[in-house]
Formats: sequence, structure tokens, C-alpha cells
Amino acid sequence: MTATLERVDVVRTAPAKGRSRSRARHRLTVLAFLAPAILGFTLFFGYPLIATIGFSFTKYDLINPPEWIGLENYAYMFSDKLFRTAVYNTLWFVVVLTVARVVFALGVASVVARLKSGVGLVRTLCYLPSLAPPVAATLVFFLVMRPNEGPLDAFLGWFGIESPLWFADPAWAKPGIAAVMLWVSGDLMIIILAAILDVPQEQYEAAELDGAGPVRRWWHVTLPTISPVLMFGVVNSIILALQLFTQAVVAGSAASGSADVTGATKNLGFPENSTLTFPVWLYTQGFRYFDMGYAAAMATVLFVILFAATALLVQRMRKSAHQEEGGPGA
Amino acid sequence: MTTATLPVTSPASSPSREPRRPRDWRRVLDWVAVHSLGIALGLMFALPIVFVFLTAVMSDSQAFTKDLWPREWHWGNFLEVFDKAPLLKYLGNSLLYSLLATIGMLLSSIPAAYALAKMKWRGRNAVFLLVVGAMMLPPQVVAVPLYDTWSSLGLTGTLWPLIAPYFLFDAFSIFLLRQFILTIPQSYVDAARVDGCSEFQALVRIIVPMARPGIAATALFCFLYTWNDYFGPLLYTSEKPDQWTLSLALSSFKGMHHVQWNLAMAVTLLIMVPAVVLFVFAQRSFVKGITFTGVKG
Repeated sequence: MTATLERVDVVRTAPAKGRSRSRARHRLTVLAFLAPAILGFTLFFGYPLIATIGFSFTKYDLINPPEWIGLENYAYMFSDKLFRTAVYNTLWFVVVLTVARVVFALGVASVVARLKSGVGLVRTLCYLPSLAPPVAATLVFFLVMRPNEGPLDAFLGWFGIESPLWFADPAWAKPGIAAVMLWVSGDLMIIILAAILDVPQEQYEAAELDGAGPVRRWWHVTLPTISPVLMFGVVNSIILALQLFTQAVVAGSAASGSADVTGATKNLGFPENSTLTFPVWLYTQGFRYFDMGYAAAMATVLFVILFAATALLVQRMRKSAHQEEGGPGA
Repeated sequence: MTTATLPVTSPASSPSREPRRPRDWRRVLDWVAVHSLGIALGLMFALPIVFVFLTAVMSDSQAFTKDLWPREWHWGNFLEVFDKAPLLKYLGNSLLYSLLATIGMLLSSIPAAYALAKMKWRGRNAVFLLVVGAMMLPPQVVAVPLYDTWSSLGLTGTLWPLIAPYFLFDAFSIFLLRQFILTIPQSYVDAARVDGCSEFQALVRIIVPMARPGIAATALFCFLYTWNDYFGPLLYTSEKPDQWTLSLALSSFKGMHHVQWNLAMAVTLLIMVPAVVLFVFAQRSFVKGITFTGVKG
């Protein structure tokens, strides 16, 4: 676009002055429209990102001035047992949630896409839970999965399965949280459903003429066509799992029985640190123990990992952005 | 429904092609399988809320038991929770946070999204990538320096550290609005420019009215995100109970009244009301908005 403008300038020299003035105005307008965003980005992302890295080399408790201690915070991570637990728990969620969320949302969307009647109702029912506040959603499952009295316990009882203690059992607390996360995965389901409905009908018809049944049509036509959206689901789920905080805190403190907002610290990670995720430990270190330097070091580590995960998505988006700009409009 | 639609189609096709019969049976089976799965899925998503509702209207003692169905319907529980905790205070705080943040977001994000979608300038793609990057960043990563800054300004213990940023920059909203504005044909903007509209006029007179569904969806998401936010209020207001939002208060409610399942669940339902109401009135905006975050992203 800028190239075309310049060419025009060369041809018509007379109004060149006016053009450069209008160009300056154009630039000022862009700047004016973006001014709040630039300021906001600098204040709330640019500065704190750099400052986080800076704080990570210090010992800082918010009261006394930060004291430079070099790489000590990073070195401490290797001897901090709970850091290792937190990394393990978060990795558990990254692996389990990513697979479970994408497979589950894809499965639900595939079924809903094939419904002939009641699509709207089922779609609404699947999507609504994802709007619930995470605190509420976790408490809902806390009720449903409560040992001995809860409906899930009774349901499993019909099949002769003895229900675990869920949020009170170190082995089952994480799967319990994963169940909450699946219940609220309706947004991903809607995205995948839209992609499935966008698959050109002719492709199905062609496959049907070749004698492909519904399952083979799904495998050979639907899946390959919507794979970019599934990729989005994977990256989105990884990011979601890496920052899992609220559900873990609420499940842990509610299960420990003495959940109050300020006292929750004592019970973070309950039971037996099985719900102590990376962000929970970061929060505890920084804002309960006021070891801001160590929290900043953990934040830096989280940022580096996220950066790698995000790069994946951005790469994909860049590709599709280029395709978009191929059109005459851009 | 099952029997109404299918027999109509099968006799129509069967007389001409007799050998197709087994195929029809497979179709019926397929139809039944898909729809039973659909019903099962609907139940799976809906039942937890049904249980919560049934528990919320039980008596104190019955809420403790295995019973699924309330013996007496204690509708008063929904009022009683207002005596147990200053819910109106929390509601006020939540509304303050969500409404101000949404207003601030609209003021700051619409012009930025327009500049990213419909104006040509060098570095636009790089800026867009920064927006996407900011969108992916979990709040925990930047929490330490921000808390440090807000506390030196004496504003920790209030909701202002959470509200203020929306008046300048909200990455997700800018991203979503840009995606919506991109779908408005460039010719409308060009025509406005030819007619002598300034960029600001083109934005206010052409883009804003045309992007109204997108703006509504973005506002809805912003409102719900802040309404549901837990980490932010926990970080800044956990020591100041008179500043708590509903989300934060709910996390403590079960602890403070942990014998009373019915009341805890009544509050849980009340906090979900805005989401459900907004969804009922703006279902299309929601669905459109959510698809835009994925497909067009």
C-alpha cells in the first residue's frame, strides 16, 4: 500500500506537499487510536515482564529494598521439593488436560453435529457450564463428587464401583479437577462444532459415493479438514493447563474443610500437595510468604515455557493471516 | 420425532430400490445411536446444575443426606444467604469491577482494534503479534512487579489495580474486536473516506454501528471474565473483606458455613445468574464470539 502511494507521488509532483501532510496526519491518527493501548501495554506488560526478570535476581519482601543475590533463586528451585511437586502437578495437567479436553470436545462436537433435532438445546446445555465462574464450577463438582452422599457416588454404586474420596484423596484430586475442566470445556466444543459444520458438504457426498460410512467419512473428511482448529485447541489447552490456579485453590481449600480466603494458604495443595500447581506455588511464595524474588524467578520460568508454547500458535496464525491478506481488501 | 420423520423417507426410497433396505436399517440405528448419545451428553452437562439446585432448596439437615429430591422446598434459602454474608456488598464490588472494566475496555479497545484492522501503517503485524502475546500471558507472570507498584501507590486492598488497566489495554478484547472489524468490507471504509470522513468519523459512523454484534460479544466476554475472575481479587483484596467480589467471597462461603451445603449451593447458583441471563438474551453473540476466537484466529 505504501508502495503504491509513493508511485503516485512520483507521477504527480504538484500535490506532493498535501499528500505528505495528509500522510503525517494519517500517522498521527493511528498513533492517537493506539495511544492508550501502547501506554497500557508498556505499563502492564512491557515493564512488569522486564521487572519480573530483574526481581528474579533479588531477595525482596516488599518492605525492605530488593537485595541482589544473583542466580540464588534459580539455584534454590533445584533443592525446593515443593517446586518439583508443583512442576509435576502442572505437567500432569498439561498432558492430561490437553489430550482429554481436545478429545472430549471433539467427541461432543462430532455427536452434536450429527443430531437432526434438538441441536440448539444440546449445544446450549454443553456450552452453559463454561460460563460459570471457576469457583462455582469447582464447588458444583465438589457437591456432585462428595464421598458417600454425592450423586456420583450413588451412580457409580449402581455399577458396583466404589467411588474414591476424590478431592480428599491425593491420587484422585487431580482427576477431579480435570473433570471440572471438562465440564467447562463447552467453549472449545463450540469452536470445533463450528469448524465441523463448515466442512464443505460436497466432500461428504464425494466420500459417500465412494462408499464411505459415517465413521470413515468422519476419519477421512472431517478430521483432516478441521485439523487447524484442533491444533488451536491443543495450544489453547496447554496454556490453560499451565496457568491452572483457581480450580486447584478452591478444590484444595474446600476439601480441607477450613476454606476461608486468607487462611487458605495453610491448605493450598491439599491433599498432600496433590493440587499444588506451579501458579499456586508461585502465588504462595510471593504473596503469602512474601518471597517476591523467588516468585519472580518462578514467573520467569513460566514465561519462558509459555513463550515456547505460544510461538507455536502464533506461527499458525501468521500462516492464516498471510492467506487472508492475499485478498484484494488487504 | 423419531418415528415421524424416518418412515416418510424410507418408503419413498424403498419402492424404487429394493436392495437398499438394509442400508435404511443402518440409518435408523445410526440415528438412534447419535440421538441417544446426544441426550446422554445433554444430561451429563445439565445434571450437576440440577443437583446443585435441588440441594440448594433442601432443609439444612436434608442437605447432609444422600437424598437427591428435597422433601420440602425451602425457597427461603435463597434469601437466607443474604443474612449469612454481606452478599449485597460483594455484589456491589463485583458490579463495580465488571461494569467499569467493560466500559473502560470499550473506550480503549475499539479505536485500537480499528487501527489494527482497517488502517494501513508500518509495523501493524508486529503490534498485532504483541497483542496476541499479551493475550496468552497468565496474570501470575507479571503479578510481582505490578503488585509492588500498586502497593507503593497505596492501592492494594482495593479493586482499582484490576479496573484501571482496562481503560488502557485489554489484549483479548482488542484481538476479538479486530477479528470482527476485519469482516466488515473494506469498501465501506473507503467510501466513507472518499466522502471526506476523517478516520474518527469513519470509526464512529460506519464501523461501530456495523460491528455492533461484535462489540456486544466482546463486552459480554469482558464482563463475564471480570465477574468470574478469582486470581485478581484474591491478589489485591484478600485481606480486605469489604472489597471482596462474589467469586472471592464464594470461595470462603463453604468454609465459613461448611455445615450448610444448601446455603453454599444457593450462593453458587446466585453467582451464576448473570452468566445465564446474559447468555439467554445474547446467545448468538456468545456463539459468534467464541467461534471467532478459534476459527478466524
